[in-house]
Amino acid sequence: MTNVPANSKKAAAGGFTPATGQRASGSSLRMRGVRKAFADVQAVDGLDLEVAQGECFGLLGPNGAGKTTTIEICEGLTAPDEGAVEVLGLNWRTGANELRQRIGIQLQETQFPDKLTVEETLRLFRSFFKRGISVDESIETAQLEEKRKSRVGGLSGGQKQRLAMACALVGDPELLFLDEPTTGLDPQARRHLWDLVDRLKLAGRTIILTTHYMEEAERLCDRVAIMDHGKVIALGTPQQLIATVGGEDIVEFAVSSIENGDGHAAVEAAPLTAISGVQSHRVDAGLHQLSVSELHLAVPRIFAALSAQGLHLSEFRTHSATLEDVFVRLTGRNLRDE
Amino acid sequence: MNKLELSSLYQLTLVRFKLILREPEAIFWIFIFPILLAVGLGIAFRNRPADVLQVGATTTQLTQALAADKGLAATTLNEADGTRALATGRILLLAIQRPDGVAYKFDDTNPDARTARMIVDRAIQTAAGQREAVRAENQLVHETGARYIDFVVPGLLGMNLMGSAMWGLGFAIVEARQKKLLKRMVASPMPRWQYLMSFLLSRLALLIVEVAVFLGFARVAFGVPFRGSLLQLGLLCLMTSMAFSALGLLVSSRARTMEAASGLMNLVMLPMWILSGIFFSASRFPAVVQPLVRALPLTAAIDAMRGNMLQGMSLGQLVLPVAILMAWFVVPFAVSLRIFRWR
Repeated sequence: MTNVPANSKKAAAGGFTPATGQRASGSSLRMRGVRKAFADVQAVDGLDLEVAQGECFGLLGPNGAGKTTTIEICEGLTAPDEGAVEVLGLNWRTGANELRQRIGIQLQETQFPDKLTVEETLRLFRSFFKRGISVDESIETAQLEEKRKSRVGGLSGGQKQRLAMACALVGDPELLFLDEPTTGLDPQARRHLWDLVDRLKLAGRTIILTTHYMEEAERLCDRVAIMDHGKVIALGTPQQLIATVGGEDIVEFAVSSIENGDGHAAVEAAPLTAISGVQSHRVDAGLHQLSVSELHLAVPRIFAALSAQGLHLSEFRTHSATLEDVFVRLTGRNLRDE
Repeated sequence: MNKLELSSLYQLTLVRFKLILREPEAIFWIFIFPILLAVGLGIAFRNRPADVLQVGATTTQLTQALAADKGLAATTLNEADGTRALATGRILLLAIQRPDGVAYKFDDTNPDARTARMIVDRAIQTAAGQREAVRAENQLVHETGARYIDFVVPGLLGMNLMGSAMWGLGFAIVEARQKKLLKRMVASPMPRWQYLMSFLLSRLALLIVEVAVFLGFARVAFGVPFRGSLLQLGLLCLMTSMAFSALGLLVSSRARTMEAASGLMNLVMLPMWILSGIFFSASRFPAVVQPLVRALPLTAAIDAMRGNMLQGMSLGQLVLPVAILMAWFVVPFAVSLRIFRWR
């Protein structure tokens, strides 16, 4: 956060009244056995989730995993076929009007009218809420001061997304839903938006977001549910989930045998997995992946084991284990494959 | 922020209004186009002293005989050229000299040509020495309110109200649906009825300008009469606009794309352009289809406006068209509220 005036953080955080009126349970969202099918696709297939007050909760998964359907069921935009949904202690059937006042929503692909200005758009959305922050505060929070009088059509992708956030914030919501808030943004705009979410977290707001970027989930979320084919396949803090991979680091390599110097050679997995610190081995399109703890000790042994097999390394790299690796381990597919 | 700025209905209406005004094309179609049309028609149907009918004759004697009548402009042509001129509409009738008399070549389904046939025959018979059996004299009346422009201005007004209400509502709604803005709106606590109401209210504000500009122009440029109450004329315009707004709402209540919406829109409007008597009286259609023609909202609107402007009729005398307009407001509005697709 270098390009932000020092006082804006304080003002932004101070602009929000702490969410009050929570039920004793302290959970902002509860889903039990929720199912939803569209035509022949089971978009959500028996979902149980609970999100605590003040938590930043992420739904992570590839496109088509059912994240948007799930979040839209929570937002009361889609009715589930089965199951119970409780938001802020209320349900959509009887408490819709109150709920709409108390939640903030950013949808995946809203295009606000091009010919309205930022300020006009926010003033419109502000008028829908009985209570909330002022338009000025929302502009300040989203750091759109310079664009206040600009038309929406002239905003960059990141600015439009921040406007969508500001529209979600004008009602001073207790619970904020963000559906893929950074999809399609360049890295800088994405970081900018992450800073905004960070500040909202600091202000104690409950946030539920979907994303298919693992680094986003790791960076922003207190807890993450990894979704695939409409089901939660893993649930926990990013650290817990990464720990399930077995090692803290991932070693990736490709080999060719010394004799023919070309093409992928066969690697015997047993000598590798026998190395202490190597937890698992898998191959994907000629690329070998080992999950490793104590990287500094394991790597020399991996080199030794490979040269003992007469194999020549054509690629070698390591990275810290991420949620991506968790997804790969659970499904055998990459998040970005879809 | 003051109270008004916090009212969602006010904000929604204001936004609608701004969006319309920021669309230059919309301004053209709503304000400029009807005036251009009125000017064009005004020129085409300007008050000619009397209709001078173009005719042709094959001999100079005949041409001279025809030229004696002020209602005719005669040209001498040989038969082949004359026939060609007839086919292209340059002349209405060709008088051909025959050894035993005169032959008239003309299209008897064209009323002007039939008139020409009568005048030409009279001129030729007079030149040949025929005398009137009964002495007759003409008393000419040129009254405003009986001219074509007087007839067509209420028609254009109705057509314009139909177009601006239907396009204005339909496109804006379908665009909002396509851009997922509708979905975003219903995800907020906005009362849904206010969203639809804001369209009607912004329409109302535009309507005042639109009607005043057009009728003001018609009054100043052509001296079109306003024989009925102006207030009641305003009410009729309002009812017309509301009825077509409701229809526009109905047409756009399900459509997901602009293409689908404009197709539907044309489907709804085309019959009315043809049948509702914008440019000529709807009573020219056969009696069988009259009930259908009368039930169309545009026919009702134009009939009522002509009644008000040209005949000075009060709303009390226009019960039937007014009732038809009301029905066209209530039914489509109720139906579209039920079937409206919000996402």
